[in-house]
Amino acid sequence: MIASTLTTPTAMRDAFVDIVTAELEVNPQLAVVLAEISADRFERAAARHPDRVLNLGIREQLLVGAGGGLALSGLRPVVHTYAPFLVERPFEQIKLDFVHQDVGGVLVGIGGSFDGANLGRTHQAPGDVALIDSLPGWTVHVPGHPAEVEPLLRAALAGQDRVYLRLSTETNRDAHPGTGFQLIRTGRRGVVIAVGPVLDAVLDATATADVTVLYASTIRPFDTAGLCAALSGVDRADVVLVEPYLRGTSAHQANEALSEVPHRLLSLGVRRDEELRAYGTPAEHAAAHGLDARTIRAALDTFLG
Amino acid sequence: MQVVAVTTVISGYADLPELIGRMTGDEKHAAVATSTLDVLWVLYDRVLRVDPDRPDDPDRDRFLLSKGHAPMAYYAVLAVKGFLRPDELDTWATFDSRLGHHPDRALVPGVEIGSGSLGHGLPIGVGLALGLRAQGRPCRVVVLVGDAELEEGSNHEAIQVAGRLGLDRLTVVVVDNASASLGWPGGVADRFAREGWAGTTVNGRDHDALYTAFTRDHPGHPLAVVAAVEPKEYRHP
Repeated sequence: MIASTLTTPTAMRDAFVDIVTAELEVNPQLAVVLAEISADRFERAAARHPDRVLNLGIREQLLVGAGGGLALSGLRPVVHTYAPFLVERPFEQIKLDFVHQDVGGVLVGIGGSFDGANLGRTHQAPGDVALIDSLPGWTVHVPGHPAEVEPLLRAALAGQDRVYLRLSTETNRDAHPGTGFQLIRTGRRGVVIAVGPVLDAVLDATATADVTVLYASTIRPFDTAGLCAALSGVDRADVVLVEPYLRGTSAHQANEALSEVPHRLLSLGVRRDEELRAYGTPAEHAAAHGLDARTIRAALDTFLG
Repeated sequence: MQVVAVTTVISGYADLPELIGRMTGDEKHAAVATSTLDVLWVLYDRVLRVDPDRPDDPDRDRFLLSKGHAPMAYYAVLAVKGFLRPDELDTWATFDSRLGHHPDRALVPGVEIGSGSLGHGLPIGVGLALGLRAQGRPCRVVVLVGDAELEEGSNHEAIQVAGRLGLDRLTVVVVDNASASLGWPGGVADRFAREGWAGTTVNGRDHDALYTAFTRDHPGHPLAVVAAVEPKEYRHP
């Protein structure tokens, strides 16, 4: 019954709910804390496991704090709500109630970057990965296809570490389940790294470009070895980092990976210089941030010469 | 009869001022004035089921010092109860010490949370109580907060949920030294009672009254104990 729904997930969020609902049946250490968001989707699970599926209402500081407390009790907490209310509003709770307490948990956010384009700035959190990245010991998954969610999430639920799983309604045409930087295409003029849902735009932008394309659905830890291996096959150490969240979020990691190598780095992503005060669609927001295929191609041509 | 070297025997409440003095260098009367001293003593001496030989026992009671500043009385009580060696108190706040101005659970045996930033202990305590309940563990979770700390909104999210969910293994002790700048009209206990907590206000220096308050029956409701002590002299500027 549950397995059949896993075979054809229609969205990352559905995959997340189905997998956690199934895991609650077999993993007595698993607990889910919610703050209204998705509570309707967990109703069946909550009816079966009222002690381990907990909707705390619209209380996001408590959501994360209680998640830390559940971890201290020996359970594996899944803490879930919309990205800005999961990462930004209760950020100190993440810092202290998980990291400083030295406990693990799985934070699952929906609405990554500009999924909520027409909802406005209040429902956008393009700084989420940068914020999580300011804290030690986090694995950060940025799946680009619903089929990538299951292996990432099952591994996260089975672990003891701290995981941020960033779900989006933006998806690529094809799934690329795997770890580290996956080699999608090879070329000679440089290496383009696409993180999560920006892969299709990168592939379209580089269709006729002589570049290597790497894909990552896990961006922390940063796959230094994978980047170095890809660079060994190109003529110059020119790296383009394309991320669906704040521009340059992984630039420090790339620079560190290449600290021994003369290199150039171009970072593309959500612009930092001003708040995009617009509604519309995710595609329009991608274009406004320079994350559409045409603008990526133009940036590549300028950068690679 | 063998002559035994004279050593300081640490055994009880009367030793706390000297132990606190090892950290602060204060006069003993100043140490005794520490607002949390008597609450901590009654909890560790008569209420909490904790054992320094089994600090990771999953069924131990959990004490969460949410008001993490000025933890000297806490360290002193932990020393009397065998979680710390008394001579370690002399290292207080030095670089290599496990004992800082705010306690760290990763460093100090018996310390259940790192605290210092206000408003974190009670939400953590709610999660801890929920998690222990889900696992069928009968232990108590006791969270110490200050009346000024109660100003943090995160506490009120936790008070609401603990009351509605009937977390009867959760106890909050509010050490009330009247340091909340804008006060609590109607008293601190009213905030808890309105959300369905069992509660009582007692003299925070009266050991028997504290013990009675901590051990009263409160089935189906979390317990709030407001421990009133002398008003704090210093106020935040």
